[in-house]
Amino acid sequence: MRITRYAATLAVLGLALAGCSSEAGNQAAESSGSTAAVDTEVQFDAGTTMARLNEAGAITIGTKFDQPGFGLLNPRTQEPEGFDVEIGKLVAAKLGIDADKITWTETVSANREPFIQNGQVDIVVATYTINDTRKQVVDFAGPYYEAGQDIMVAKGNPENIAGPDDLAGKTVCSVEGSTPAQNIRDNYPQAQLTTYDVYSKCADDLRNGNVQAVTTDNVILTGLVAGSPDAFELVGKPFTKEPYGIGLKKGDDQFRSFINDVLEESFQDGAWAEAWDRTAGKITGTEAPEPPKVNRY
Amino acid sequence: MSFLADNFPLLRDAFLTTLALAVTSGICALVLGTLLTAMRVSPVAPLRAAATFYVEVFRNTPLTVVFFFLAFGIVEIDLQFPSRFISAVAALSLYTAAFVSEALRSGINSVPSGQAEAARALGLDFRQTLGTIVLPQAFRTVVPPLGNVWIALAKNTSIAAGFAVTDLTATLQRLANQNADQLLVVFMAIVVAYLIITLPSAWLIGVIERRTAILR
Repeated sequence: MRITRYAATLAVLGLALAGCSSEAGNQAAESSGSTAAVDTEVQFDAGTTMARLNEAGAITIGTKFDQPGFGLLNPRTQEPEGFDVEIGKLVAAKLGIDADKITWTETVSANREPFIQNGQVDIVVATYTINDTRKQVVDFAGPYYEAGQDIMVAKGNPENIAGPDDLAGKTVCSVEGSTPAQNIRDNYPQAQLTTYDVYSKCADDLRNGNVQAVTTDNVILTGLVAGSPDAFELVGKPFTKEPYGIGLKKGDDQFRSFINDVLEESFQDGAWAEAWDRTAGKITGTEAPEPPKVNRY
Repeated sequence: MSFLADNFPLLRDAFLTTLALAVTSGICALVLGTLLTAMRVSPVAPLRAAATFYVEVFRNTPLTVVFFFLAFGIVEIDLQFPSRFISAVAALSLYTAAFVSEALRSGINSVPSGQAEAARALGLDFRQTLGTIVLPQAFRTVVPPLGNVWIALAKNTSIAAGFAVTDLTATLQRLANQNADQLLVVFMAIVVAYLIITLPSAWLIGVIERRTAILR
């Protein structure tokens, strides 16, 4: 008797779970905002990553879920949106993969390399700065965008900060472990650096006067200024170059060349600029910049 | 290994910061927690109510929320801690005091009521009864739970990493992002640093427990 009751409970649970999963499936199907035209007639050499992905008809792309303009999760569709996402879709389209066959995985700064190395994602498009340490463990296609470190100050710039040299003796906020924070430590040691785990806390501290400036890549700061235009403003003079690349498994040179080709094509045929206007450009209110030069190392 | 040698000053400072956070907050929490327990067993009803309210609020609030409130919430009422380190110590102390108080209260409950009655019969007042008769016995019985609270506190200090304190966890974030090729070494170094704090504590708690055990 008791056993049948357990069995009944399990059955009910099973039904409930099945209900959950089918619901998730519906949501995924609903949010297929395909923007790039998919190449259906593509041929790849057997054994290449392109052939494997094309045959599978699916790709897993890592991106950020918290970066306005580049990769921000839309809570309604449960899909990320932004410039990085559009770039990812461009690549997928050239592989003959529909936008709704892309699995988006959230990658944060600390897990991008491990995710690529152990194959949890096929590529990473996540405001991912190309540098030599990272090239030790992953390879980069691109860059597809060149950001730069900039400074955000309180509206009206009460401290008259015009560049990084003016930060001497001032308190400046950034995120622990980020490249911009290290740049301040190494090159502007007279600035007093405060580090949080997310930029929103830096913004809070700037708002309540605990710090006098916030520094990181201009694209991130632009998102923050756009969120509170009455409280913050951007100094607007980038003082570093942060080339954003597409991370992929180290040594997969054919795949890297392929993505580089895709990027160069998109630079030329306007797909890249169009993607910018639809996403990051909307936040910054600026025209698409000159595309960077792809670096085939 | 040269990687560890290169970053030794950073790791050492981070270790000392974490240790300082844990020890300072531990002492503050022990004092505050003892005070709260005294209030909870006092004959004055408003004191009892206030202490119970405090314990329930802090015991049931996530630590991150306490941190957030002290870092960004109290600015709204024009209050500000002199440094983020002190803000972190305050958050950890206020939070942990609630757990210290609960552990200690269970210890007091384990002291036979005859002890307090005998003390009262000898003419000791509430303060004397609590300070010389009840609390010394209570502390002895709660060494193991207090040890748990201490170890939890040592690990909870990691939340300060998200609030502008450069402790071990913040250093983990920094080193991990700068040295993508050395991730495992970075993790190992940080874990070992935490273990250096917690493992000897566990051993020391065992020693204190044996030394202070009441023979019944």
